[in-house]
Amino acid sequence: MAELLQFAFSGLTVGAVYALVALGFTLIYNASDVINFAQGEFVMLGGLVTVFLLAAGLPLPVAALLAVVASTLVGLALYRFAIEPARGANAVTLIMITIGASIFLRGAAQVIFDKRYHSLPPLFGDTPIRFGGAAILPQSLVVLAGALVIVVLLWAFVDRTLFGKAVLATAANKLAARLVGIDTRLTVGFSFAISAAIGAIAGILVTPITLTSYNIGTLLALKGFAAAMLGGIGSAVGAVLGGLLLGLLEALSAGYLSSEFKDAVAFIVILAVLFVRPQGLLGRARVERV
Amino acid sequence: MSVRSLDERPAAQEQPLSKARSTFVGSLGRHRLMPVLLLAVLVALAPLLFPSGFYYRIFALVYIFALAAVGLNLLMGYAGQVSLGHAGFMGIGAYAAAIGPAHFGLPGWLSLIIGAVLSALIAFLVGRPILRLKGHYLAVATLGFGLLLAIVFTSEAEWTGGPDGMSVSRLVLFGWSVRGSETWYWVSAVLFLAGAAIAYNLIESPAGRAMRAIHDSETAAGVLGVDVSRTKLLVFVISSVYASIAGSSLAFFNGLVTPDVAGFLRSIELVAMVVLGGMGSVVGSLVGAAVLVLLPQALTFLHDYEHMVLGLIIMGVMIFLRDGIVPSIAAAFRGRRG
Repeated sequence: MAELLQFAFSGLTVGAVYALVALGFTLIYNASDVINFAQGEFVMLGGLVTVFLLAAGLPLPVAALLAVVASTLVGLALYRFAIEPARGANAVTLIMITIGASIFLRGAAQVIFDKRYHSLPPLFGDTPIRFGGAAILPQSLVVLAGALVIVVLLWAFVDRTLFGKAVLATAANKLAARLVGIDTRLTVGFSFAISAAIGAIAGILVTPITLTSYNIGTLLALKGFAAAMLGGIGSAVGAVLGGLLLGLLEALSAGYLSSEFKDAVAFIVILAVLFVRPQGLLGRARVERV
Repeated sequence: MSVRSLDERPAAQEQPLSKARSTFVGSLGRHRLMPVLLLAVLVALAPLLFPSGFYYRIFALVYIFALAAVGLNLLMGYAGQVSLGHAGFMGIGAYAAAIGPAHFGLPGWLSLIIGAVLSALIAFLVGRPILRLKGHYLAVATLGFGLLLAIVFTSEAEWTGGPDGMSVSRLVLFGWSVRGSETWYWVSAVLFLAGAAIAYNLIESPAGRAMRAIHDSETAAGVLGVDVSRTKLLVFVISSVYASIAGSSLAFFNGLVTPDVAGFLRSIELVAMVVLGGMGSVVGSLVGAAVLVLLPQALTFLHDYEHMVLGLIIMGVMIFLRDGIVPSIAAAFRGRRG
């Protein structure tokens, strides 16, 4: 039981990061129909920029804030200089652009920072908390709490503010949104900015546990994409659920089977789910209009 | 397969000529294998421009990847189905070429054929459930499939040598040992040209028309009597054989195989070749493979800045030539003429 609890907690911690990456995927997908494979690079940027600003002598909160701002600007630049000029191109072309962007960002990080692994000091020390026989890192709780706060804030923003509703309207139907006077370029750009910020925050929160380096983005993008698809693309709740589920599956199969096969088990489950529900867990089946 | 395709090369060159001789010269340009003939001439003349023997090696790699890209292009560009796991089939071919001779004492060419048959069989079994999925769901399912294969190659160390990979003994055809970059240049060129010729033939066949109909609209194609799931499965199987043969060739050529051959990044690279060169263009696949094999070589002088520039070039090409290099340039030429 203690073992299960231990695995579950580490799974949920990693899962929370997957969930945030998947949420970023979903936001950008809903706003612009783009699958953004550079999503993992925001997580990398958040962590690495904080590490290097901290090393430059800035206090942690300031460094973290600046890292989020920097990633947000990168997200906006990605939209303005790479996605916007290619609007109307087919889905695969847009995916290739984001893959190009991810290679570029990784290359830039390798030049600006370095190729080593880095860590950040955990917020509340690293003495594990004993809980039901399992040892839980305080930073794990910080990651989970952070993810929860982000999800709640995002929900409140979309549901309760006028601009949030404009973002939602853009996602539902871009042309109709423009007809009622919404500046869709602004709302789509905003979606890129927010999902970059979410990625960066996830990166900062999880770095004390998993470390960070210039090349962590690819794997995170892959997992985040898988999580988003598992949940059902376009569904924010599905993205969070898919992320947590993916993290849990990995941790449990790594714990009980072998760490070699943790990705195998995760993807076998994803394949199995898609065979039963081709639209993902919470995705809505679409009727094709001819 | 390689034995057969060695014989096919002259056929691919002569057929359009002999047919066209009896008709107008104009119909020569319109024959469906004309592009293959032009490619063959280019391939034959290219070594005249090589400044050093090193280029034989590089271009042999271009042709090997172009072969896999042509197969993937049939699936993506013509039938409109995405695969983010195609390197998995390259891995099957590559490991068949390594394991056959090493563990079973089979000749290399037979191992290549066994790899291709195995790929086709796996594609057939996996394809039916996977191809029911659409768009991004198909992308994630193929991605998962490719990843599973890569994990198998990494973890079955007894058979595959694990993460370090294993060495591959030289390919021997009729007592002739295929060795050296220059020889491989011609062998891979013949394989690629044979693959291109088969692709052009397939595209113009009834199955090819069914494929393109599915690309435009699955529903419409179904209404017109196209067996949608069977056609998709057929293209998936064919493209897996292309990837498998390319994988075997790569393994023989390098004399070494590692799980990277089947990795996610390799799959992405194959997709990039198809999209960059141009979906639905066989010549585009060659151009895409050339760009992605040559660019990293050409950019090494930039040292640390290599990846930044590579990323910028990929983004730039996709933004300004959104249909891919070959179709975009072809469209520009057509536009200028009329």
